[in-house]
Amino acid sequence: MRARRYWIGGISIIVSGLVFVVPFIFIVLTAVKDKQAASLLQFSWPSQWQVLDNLKEVIAEQNYMLLTAYINSTIITVVAVVLLVVCAAMAGFVLQRRKTAATGFIDFVVLFGLIMPPSVVPTIWVLQELHLFKTLTGMILIETAYGLPFSVLLFRAFVSTIPRELDEAAIIDGAGPLGVFFRVVLPLLRPVIVTVVVVQSVTIFNDFTNPLYYMPGDQNATVQVTLYNFQSLYDTSYNLLFMNILLITIPPLIMFLFFNRQIVAGMTSGAVKG
Amino acid sequence: MAIGVAEGVGAATATRPRRRRPSAYPWWFYAPAAVIFSVLFVVPTLASFYFSLTRWTLFNATFIGFGNFVQFFHDPFLVGGLVHTLIYAVLTSGAKVVLGLLLAVLLSADVFARGYLRAVVFFPVLVSTVGVGITFQALMDPSHGLVNETLTAFGLPGPGWLTNPALALYSIVIVDVWKGVGLATVIYLAGLASIDRAYFEAARIDGASEVEVFWHVTLPLMRPATVTVIILSLIGGLKSFELIWTMTQGGPGFVSDVIASLIYKEYQAGFYGLSTAGNVVLFVLVAAIMVPLSYVLNRREVQQ
Repeated sequence: MRARRYWIGGISIIVSGLVFVVPFIFIVLTAVKDKQAASLLQFSWPSQWQVLDNLKEVIAEQNYMLLTAYINSTIITVVAVVLLVVCAAMAGFVLQRRKTAATGFIDFVVLFGLIMPPSVVPTIWVLQELHLFKTLTGMILIETAYGLPFSVLLFRAFVSTIPRELDEAAIIDGAGPLGVFFRVVLPLLRPVIVTVVVVQSVTIFNDFTNPLYYMPGDQNATVQVTLYNFQSLYDTSYNLLFMNILLITIPPLIMFLFFNRQIVAGMTSGAVKG
Repeated sequence: MAIGVAEGVGAATATRPRRRRPSAYPWWFYAPAAVIFSVLFVVPTLASFYFSLTRWTLFNATFIGFGNFVQFFHDPFLVGGLVHTLIYAVLTSGAKVVLGLLLAVLLSADVFARGYLRAVVFFPVLVSTVGVGITFQALMDPSHGLVNETLTAFGLPGPGWLTNPALALYSIVIVDVWKGVGLATVIYLAGLASIDRAYFEAARIDGASEVEVFWHVTLPLMRPATVTVIILSLIGGLKSFELIWTMTQGGPGFVSDVIASLIYKEYQAGFYGLSTAGNVVLFVLVAAIMVPLSYVLNRREVQQ
C-alpha cells in the first residue's frame, strides 16, 4: 500500500506539473526575457534576464496606463466589496430571520440574479440615464449589483447558524434593529465576511466583460481591459505582454496564499446541501 | 399569544407580530441591496424585452416587432453562435464533471503531496481569464507553440489549434476545462468529505473492490456535488465570453462565436436592438435549460 501511495503521488505530481504548472512557468520565463527571445515563444531558460527593464517598460507604456488601471481596479474592488458586505449582510440577515409571504419571492429574485445573464445594452441605457456610464461610481455599483445574489446566499446560510436567542437578549436589553445588527450579529459574521471579501475581490479584480462594456475609454482603464488592449497593440513584444500578465496575477496569488481555505469554503458552499 | 397590531406601513404581509415593539428585523434592511439590484439588474432585464423589439440608438427606439429575432434566426452566423453555445456549455460541463470527480477521488486518497496537488489544480480558477487566454494562445501557436513543439518531438503532427476552423472551438473548450476543473474538484472534495466513512467500511467488509466502491457507494452519494458542478458549469458555459473573446474573438471566421460574443459584436457595430435581442435569446436559452434541469435533478434526489 505504501509503495503504491508514493507511486500514484509521483505520477500525479509529474502530470499535474506538466498540465498545471508549466503554463505558469512559461509566463514567468517569457516575462523576464528580452524582446527577441520572447517572440520565439519557446519554453527555455532566458539567455538575458531583463526583469527590471521589462517591468519599467510595461509600466511606462502608453503614458503609465497600467498604473492608472491598477489604481482604478483597486478603487472599484475595494469600494464594491465594502458595499457588498454591508448590503448583502443586512439583506441576508433579515431574509433568514423574518419569514413572511415575501420570503419565497425574494429567494426567487436571488436565484434569478445568480443564474441569468445581465442585459448589456439596456444596462448601458440605465447608466446613461443616471449619468453613471463610463464612471467609476457606475462600475462600482454594477459590480455590487452583480455580486449581491451570491453574497446574500452566503450571509443567509451563515446567519442561520447564529442562535436567535442572541438577538432576543439584545432586544430585551433595549437594542434597536441597528444595535442588534451592528453590535451583535455583524461581529459574529466575521468568518463569512472574510469569505465574501476574498471571493468577491478576486472576482471583481479579474472582471473583464463588465469594464469592457460599462467603462470604455483610456482614462477609465482597468487591469484586465488594459491587458486585453496590450495584446492587440504589442503582439510582437511578448516579454511586455507576459510581464503584464505576471503583474495582474500577483494579487490573486497573494489572496490564494493567505486565504486558500476561505476561498474554497466560499466557492463550495452549497455543494454539500446541493 | 396576544393578537398583535400590524407593524407599520408595508408590513401587511408580516403575519407574525410576536412582539409589541417594532420588529428587530425591519424591511428597510433590504433597501440598499434592493435599490442597487433592481435599478442595475432587474430594470435592464425587463427593459430588454421591450428594446429587443425595436431599432434602437440608445436615444430613440422605433418599434419593429419581431424583426430582430427574425434576423437573428435567419442569419447563419447567429444561428451558428447558438449551436456553438450549446456545444461549448455541454462539453465543458461534462468534462468538468468527469475530470473533477476523478481528481477529487485521487486527491482524497492517501497520496503523497496532496496539499501541493490540490493547490496546483485549484489556482487557475483564481487567475485572470484574459491572462489565461493570452498564455494559451501562445502555447497553442501552430508553429512555435510549446504544445506543438512537444508533439513534434514525439513525431506527431501538431494541428493549428486556434487557426483550424474545425478545431478552434474545441481548443477553447480544453482551456476552459483547464481553468475551471479546479472548482469542480474542490466541490467534489467537499462532497466526499461529507460522506460518512461507515459506508466505505461497510462496503469493504462486504468484499467490494475499489472500483465497485466507486460505482456503487461514492458515485451515488456524490449526487448533490454532481448536481452543483453540472449547474454551475452549465451556467458558466452558456454565458461564456471572456476566454473566447481573448483567444479567437469568435474566429477564424465565425466558427467559435457564441451568443455572448455575438452580443458584443452587434453592440460594437451599433445594432443595439439586435444586440439586445441576442441577450433575450440567451436569457430564454438559460431559463429553458436551467429551470427543467434543476427540477429534474432535485426531484430525483428527493426520490432516493
